[in-house]
Amino acid sequence: MSQSGTLMGFVHRRRRGAELFLLLIALVVGIGAYAAVGLGVEGTIPTDIVAYGGWLAALVVAAHIAVRLVAPYADPVLLPLVAALNGLGLAVIHRLDLAYEAAGKDNHTFATQQLTWMTLGVLLFIATLVLLRDHRTLQRLTYTSGLAGIALLLLPFLPVIGGQKNGAYIWIYVAGFSFQPGEVAKVLLVVAFAGYLVLHRDALALAGRRVLFVDLPRGRDLGPILAMFGVSMMILVLQNDLGSSLLFFGLFLVMLYVATERPGWLIVGGLLFGAGALAAYTFVGNVQNRFNFWLHPMDYYESSPGSYQPVEAMFGMGWGGLIGRGFGEGMPERIIYAESDYIIAAIGEELGLTAVMAVILCYGLIVERALRIALISRDGFGKLLAVGFASIVALQVFVVIGGVTGLIPLTGLTTPFLSYGGSSLVANWVIIALLVRISDHARRPIPRMTDVNDDSDSESTQVVRLR
Amino acid sequence: MNKPIRTISMFCLLLFAALLLNSTYLMYVRADDLAEDPRNRRVITAAFARERGAILVGKETVARSVEVDDKYKFQRTYAQPFKYAPITGYFSYYSQTGIERSQNDVLSGDDSRLFVTRLVDMLSNTEPQGGNVELTINAAAQDAAWDGLQALPGDAKGAVVALEPSTGKVLAMVSSPTFDPNLLASHDLSDVEDASDQLQDDPANPLINRAIGTTLPPGSTFKLITAAAAIESGNYDQDSLVPGGAKFQLPQSTTKVGNWQGGSCGGNKITLTQALAVSCNVSFLTLANELGTEAMTEQAEAFGFNSTSLEDLPGQASSLYPADMDAPQTALSGIGQSSVTATPLQMAMVAAGIANGGEVKRPYLVDEVRAPNASLLDKTEESTYSRAISSTTADQLTDMMVATVDDGTAGIAAIPGVRVAGKTGTAQSTDSRPPYAWFVSFAPADDPQVAVAVMVEASDTAREEIAGGSLGGPIAKAIMQAVMGS
Repeated sequence: MSQSGTLMGFVHRRRRGAELFLLLIALVVGIGAYAAVGLGVEGTIPTDIVAYGGWLAALVVAAHIAVRLVAPYADPVLLPLVAALNGLGLAVIHRLDLAYEAAGKDNHTFATQQLTWMTLGVLLFIATLVLLRDHRTLQRLTYTSGLAGIALLLLPFLPVIGGQKNGAYIWIYVAGFSFQPGEVAKVLLVVAFAGYLVLHRDALALAGRRVLFVDLPRGRDLGPILAMFGVSMMILVLQNDLGSSLLFFGLFLVMLYVATERPGWLIVGGLLFGAGALAAYTFVGNVQNRFNFWLHPMDYYESSPGSYQPVEAMFGMGWGGLIGRGFGEGMPERIIYAESDYIIAAIGEELGLTAVMAVILCYGLIVERALRIALISRDGFGKLLAVGFASIVALQVFVVIGGVTGLIPLTGLTTPFLSYGGSSLVANWVIIALLVRISDHARRPIPRMTDVNDDSDSESTQVVRLR
Repeated sequence: MNKPIRTISMFCLLLFAALLLNSTYLMYVRADDLAEDPRNRRVITAAFARERGAILVGKETVARSVEVDDKYKFQRTYAQPFKYAPITGYFSYYSQTGIERSQNDVLSGDDSRLFVTRLVDMLSNTEPQGGNVELTINAAAQDAAWDGLQALPGDAKGAVVALEPSTGKVLAMVSSPTFDPNLLASHDLSDVEDASDQLQDDPANPLINRAIGTTLPPGSTFKLITAAAAIESGNYDQDSLVPGGAKFQLPQSTTKVGNWQGGSCGGNKITLTQALAVSCNVSFLTLANELGTEAMTEQAEAFGFNSTSLEDLPGQASSLYPADMDAPQTALSGIGQSSVTATPLQMAMVAAGIANGGEVKRPYLVDEVRAPNASLLDKTEESTYSRAISSTTADQLTDMMVATVDDGTAGIAAIPGVRVAGKTGTAQSTDSRPPYAWFVSFAPADDPQVAVAVMVEASDTAREEIAGGSLGGPIAKAIMQAVMGS
């Protein structure tokens, strides 16, 4: 495992300077995009560019200082990637606000709200890093966080605070704020899965029967996967939320596979998922509709419910072409929910395929860094946590961007860090904080490394020096 | 646990590669298809908000885009809306017609000849601008044509086409009643829809360009083609004697057809020249009957019947000379009746072909295409549409048409000091409606500069006065004078 690296004498460097440099580039993206929106839509650089840029820079620098102080060995690429995506997202949301305002819509302060949520997200990022000095502490909270996660998922069904929006029970309303508890639940569920799987992996991995070169698990070990399948189906049927259902089940499958190293689980899970999807297709009209809109989007453009939204997104992205129309030159406001689920279409229309590819690559890099952290992490719990978070980002990005670009049927999910949405933004910042924490732990030189030195004196001095 | 993590990494790589490929497919490969979808409002709005090039007649701008302060940025305006509407057409949010449609690529700036301009616009980040289209129209001739039609009593419906015989340039094209394209180019889309509905419901069909879009029996003006076929057959020349009696007995029928005002045309045998000059029905019924369907069809098609020739405007109707007519129909076709129909443009081409020594030039409206910076991108080359008749036939026909003006029915178009060639026409439709009045002419006969066809579909003029070219003649004369004077 990862010890081989240290045995060969490789020690990770801190690379905080590199992180700072990359963060500056990320700020150029965020503030530059904001200035470009002003130039493109209103013809001048926004008057509040200094205040806005200063605020964004302050947030980013604060996060950087926190990392420097409490996680000095952390992966240097994650934070800049996230800062760039968040900054770009803010600029695009601001651009849509201007369009909504011009069209006379009531709600055109999404960007301001998103900046507030980003501030909260960065504060939580710092708080997580400061308060949680070792991610293994979380292993103690396996069942607590599991229960809390399920409880959060059920919150929208409660009277008074719960409620449905667009047919889905995923929102709660408290004191004028709306919140998607599912976004936080997914972080808690990753912790719960990791804690559970790291304890039970041997039982799940070793027993079983071999059928056609594949080790299938024992019947009695199917409990957890069936439970998780049940939860996913519950989300699908009760909350009417196809995206989250897919995300939770996929996440669990990946973590189960990594923990047990047995592809058999993927087969069992895949079969279960296929059966579930078929059942959903047969019995839930909504799913059938989405499938039809995906296969024949152009035929349902004018019907209701219809494919107006995805087709407008396709028109917009095609209209954007290779380099995009430029901020202010497109009509992304024609796409319903362009600021949240469809933000990648708004980016495609005005910034082009180039920007869409850049965004996809940024996500690809986040996933790559997270999986790399999983590879070099020294403890099973850390590995599983990192794999879990990597899968959340990968699945969510694939489901959303794939849905918007017509690769797969559409399911409603937010695009991490880009889309408008406080719950999602805050939860994703916490995910990055946890990844940073795990990576700091994984990349930190091992104190015991000096054990190979036979000189007992030097060992004692080493112990003193490192405390 | 690292082995499955590596597998998962590969799987994630596949997912992201799929996203990249699919985005490329959507935004690059399918982009053109999506742009062509008629429901794609982005493309339509962007085209509507573009600074379109101008349509020019000489130094005058008849259509241009003016900058305005609304979301479409540029308002298309037409300086002389009614006079030029049949040519320019309109440019509305929903559709385009006329030159606005046929030259849309140039005017919008999408034409491949404007590629360099577009590239410069893109690099310098300026708004793309369309190229300009210069028409072949002679402003004085167009004015004369328009004023002439407007001066007719009542709500006259009619159309005028003037061609330059040696090139095929359209010097004037007017249709009445017509419409105001400014109403349809408005940025207030509900107004546009109202105006459009109103124009479409108007029984007078103001949206139709009668010069190219309506075909009507050409009447006696078609006798030019019968005469041309007769001379081309080799059996006749301008002095040949033809029957000029009072009645013609239709073949396979008991019906007898007489001349316009009854009586004979000046004798039982008259010269072909005199037959044309007095527009003798009996002579041309006899000739057409004798020449037969095949020769007549061949001659009509050589002048452009049964096909279209003008590429610069959409909506040209093809003039009709049905090849499957029986003997009586063929005889009647010799005087422009039965199923023969023609557009004013077609009859102008007949006159221009005779004027140009028998060679019919392809008519065209777009003279030059220029980039926004006024550099010449393209100039239309004249081209021959067909050789309808030999030059000797053309010379004889010219002499006959001059005689028609000097001593015959078309005297109204005579211009002192200039040899004018002309022919009147009056076509019957039904008894309840007044006949169509036609007039075709060209001048000067020895070096023709202009050929004209005038068609008046209906007016409040008394039935008797329609004959003799009293409606179309003065208009044709004014146009010829305008061209020769400029």
